[in-house]
Amino acid sequence: MIAFSSPIIDYHALAPELVLAAGICLVLLVDLFVPAHRRWITGTISGLVLLGALLPVVTLAVVGGDVRDVLSGEGISGRYVVDNFALVLKALFLLSGYVVVLLSTNEMDDGGYYQGEYYVLLLSSVLGMVMMASSRDLVSVFVALEFLSIPAYMMAAWKKRDRKSNEAGVKYYLLGVFASAVMLYGMSLLYGIAGSTQLTVIGEKITLSGPQTGIQVVGVVFVIVGFAFKVSAVPFHTWAPDTYEGAPTPVTAFLSVASKAAGFVGLMIMVYLAFPLARDVYRPFLWVLAALTMTVGNLVALKQKNLVRMLAYSSVSQGGFILMALAMAFTNGSEESSLRAIIVYLIIYAATNLGAFAVVIAVARRTRSAEISSYAGLFNYAPGLTVMMTLFLASLAGIPPLGGWYAKFGAFRAAVDAGGGWGYTIAIIGAANAVVATAYYITVMREMWMKPVPEGADTSAVKVPASLVAALTITGLATLAFGVVPGIIAKVGSLTDLTGAFHG
Amino acid sequence: MIQEQQWLLSLGTFLPLVGVLVMLFIPKKDEATAKGVALLAAVATLGVGIYTLVKFDYDQSQKLQFFTTNKWISPIKATYTIGLDGISLPLYILSMIITVLVMIYSWNHVPNPGNAKAFFILMLVLQVGMAGTFVAQDLILFFVFFELVLLPMYFMIGVWGGENRQYASLKFFLYTMFGSALMLVAFIAMFIITKNHATNPEAANFSFQWFNENGPGIARNTAIWIFGGMFVGFAVKVPMFPFHTWLPDAHTQAPTQGSVILAAILLKLGTYGFVRIALPFLPQAAKTWAPIIAVLAVIGIIYGALGCLAQTDMKRLIAFSSVAHMGFVMLGISTLTPLGINAALFGMVAHGLITGMLFFVAGSVKERYHTLEIKRLSGMLKQMPHLGWILGFCAMASLGLPGLAGFWGEFPALLASWSPATILTDSAMGNHELLYRVLTVVSAFGTVLAAGYLLWLYQRTAFGEPSEEFSGHGDHGHDDHGHSDIHDVNVFEWIAWTPLLIGIVVLGVVPSLMFKVMDPAVQQLTSVFGK
Repeated sequence: MIAFSSPIIDYHALAPELVLAAGICLVLLVDLFVPAHRRWITGTISGLVLLGALLPVVTLAVVGGDVRDVLSGEGISGRYVVDNFALVLKALFLLSGYVVVLLSTNEMDDGGYYQGEYYVLLLSSVLGMVMMASSRDLVSVFVALEFLSIPAYMMAAWKKRDRKSNEAGVKYYLLGVFASAVMLYGMSLLYGIAGSTQLTVIGEKITLSGPQTGIQVVGVVFVIVGFAFKVSAVPFHTWAPDTYEGAPTPVTAFLSVASKAAGFVGLMIMVYLAFPLARDVYRPFLWVLAALTMTVGNLVALKQKNLVRMLAYSSVSQGGFILMALAMAFTNGSEESSLRAIIVYLIIYAATNLGAFAVVIAVARRTRSAEISSYAGLFNYAPGLTVMMTLFLASLAGIPPLGGWYAKFGAFRAAVDAGGGWGYTIAIIGAANAVVATAYYITVMREMWMKPVPEGADTSAVKVPASLVAALTITGLATLAFGVVPGIIAKVGSLTDLTGAFHG
Repeated sequence: MIQEQQWLLSLGTFLPLVGVLVMLFIPKKDEATAKGVALLAAVATLGVGIYTLVKFDYDQSQKLQFFTTNKWISPIKATYTIGLDGISLPLYILSMIITVLVMIYSWNHVPNPGNAKAFFILMLVLQVGMAGTFVAQDLILFFVFFELVLLPMYFMIGVWGGENRQYASLKFFLYTMFGSALMLVAFIAMFIITKNHATNPEAANFSFQWFNENGPGIARNTAIWIFGGMFVGFAVKVPMFPFHTWLPDAHTQAPTQGSVILAAILLKLGTYGFVRIALPFLPQAAKTWAPIIAVLAVIGIIYGALGCLAQTDMKRLIAFSSVAHMGFVMLGISTLTPLGINAALFGMVAHGLITGMLFFVAGSVKERYHTLEIKRLSGMLKQMPHLGWILGFCAMASLGLPGLAGFWGEFPALLASWSPATILTDSAMGNHELLYRVLTVVSAFGTVLAAGYLLWLYQRTAFGEPSEEFSGHGDHGHDDHGHSDIHDVNVFEWIAWTPLLIGIVVLGVVPSLMFKVMDPAVQQLTSVFGK
């Protein structure tokens, strides 16, 4: 028996998680003692908690220095770390969470939902994401993934009396759990081969050679399939549109941005740390996933009549561009440009997509609908919202000078950087898809700008509550700034160093 | 490079944005103020442009002037590099002039459904994109400006356009987007390949200078593919046959102002891209592509002309004539000779002035008669002698009458294509001399067709007696929009049009005004193709 020696905990490095955990307890307590009509205060507290958790992230970034082992000790070091990669993504998750709180405030308060519980679940899910960014071990990756998923299943079904919302929750839950099981099976194979749960150790053992090659391939494929569900890559995307449409809109925004980003972060960690030598398996697999995801997501999005559903398919297709960059990692030394491209993509996409959902929520307060046709003539009575929506859609389409162009640029660059038949072919497929995508973004713009207001519609000015204005300001400024001076975000992207990667 | 007054071009490019910012705070109802601020911003921008004209060193027009370079997106090596030489100067100034004139014209011509504030804001944003494209000296910066014009023009056509505006604007948008996506991939590929082959990969960046030095070193077979990507991007914008089908729809449906800006400046972004980027960066591929471009250009000339003869709508006819005229520009470029490229650049400006003017006239005709159907129009010279004469003048200029600007774009282009660059006639690489001679003859025939359709248009619309429908004597004269709308050129139109008319005459009589400025820069550019 090896004597257990308790690990040394770096509390500064663990502070973001601790603040969130304390915040979850606080919200629960407050919810107990506050009368029902003042429950909105739980939302305010949650926002503050998320910003509070951001503080240690900032101080950690300022202190800088080497990689910090959050838990260190014999056999424990290197499994849960804070490096630049983790810090950037933690900040992304916390800020996205904050914007989602802003989006939720009025929706939850007006809709007669359970508020305290909602925010507790939201915070828990964000905590799972924050953990994901630091995980460098099969166990912590899996725990983080479940931590962020399980609250999301419940949040998707938050409209209790709405059948579509229930369907959303159940579908998401069943497929999510199925994916987790597949992934866990794959992980068990990886563990069996490597004899360790630490990703860097696994990375040395998964070499696709020797007598266990077959098992290695299955392990790698199963883990990727599991994450493919989370990031709704085609053909594992079938839950996404129904879930997105049925869930309350702020939850949809959360799922399509933060939850998806966390899935990609997990996938990146696995590919970069555990599979760097298994390129011959993951590259063709991810390549096909990327091509399918972009193309199918786009083609189906073209036919949508409901804006939230359209955004769901658009987010599927946007995921394809991220997969494109990831598929080409470790090809002709392109791993660094791939990593940066993905992180930059995630950040810009988060700002843009959250903004688009903010407009959807603001408009739905008036029209009580997310049908694209209900946006007809929006420009005539809500010019501000129309202009904002146009900016966000143009950014999603990748039109300069809005953020999206730089995200797409990075993804193309990663593919072309890798070069060869694989790289150029996927870049051309991506370029074609970028064009198809503009077609459906344009449809919405056309509806808002060029169609007449439907008869009988209320065309008095739309009142946008303060929290939505704040969300729109944050996301709008970010979308514009990322596009005009991408230097600010590219800098963040170039800081990121995923510990353990690039050394194998 | 001359690095004096480095702020000048940035000011000239971004000044309209100040106007946009101010306008955002003007209430929508206060249209006069909004228009005033916009016009003020545009005039101030033109003022900066005139100052640039004065300060430009014409003895060194082959050098980039007012050059400045700054960090922009350092991780991807994109820089904020801008400069102006003899090739871009005329187009840069033209964009400013056109914007001011279009705004003056719009003063009492805001198309349905109104909302002058938004309309003028879009024009200012367009101006930023156009001017920026002509001064950018960095591929990424160029790309951003090139794309910046897309959305404003989309909205201009889609919101303020004619009946079929939604279809036309979508078509315009998707075509252009398709081209620019491939173009972007080509840009990135060119960057990465030059970087990998360079002796000093650390110095690699997206500036034009880097590609001027390193682009020609790319292996020919690779370069041909990259050129192909750029070709699609630029050819859609020009537009060249067979990518031209968006143009007639866009022009016909766009409001007058949109048509004028589209014809006068936006189309030139494509041809400018060929001259500034595709040819000098990839000369080895240009050699292979030039005959293809030449053939497509001449098909465009003939096809455009035949298309014109088949049109019943005046505006659509002018749009097809654009296809033909841009064919001449591309033919000039495809010769790879200084003469041909000079002709192309001249043709770009001339076409901007003349076709811009024709679209203005078409807009005013539409406003008066509420139709552009050639069949229903006649006797314009009797009813509105000034407008009629202006239309005649523009038609003459457009068909390339010597002494007016149009001539100097077409005639030298034909001359150049008779004897293209020696690398195209070098028998070791495949002799294309015969091909170019045949093309010259065919496109000369195209000028005859141009005379045909323009005179035909003029004869049917301007000569004869005013039709009963609009003359006030017939039965239909007293309906909702009877002949009361029919009045001659008004003061706003005079102010907006006179500079263009003067420009057409002056450039026609003294073409050296422009050739002198452009030639040194063109000579330097074509030096990569040898003698």
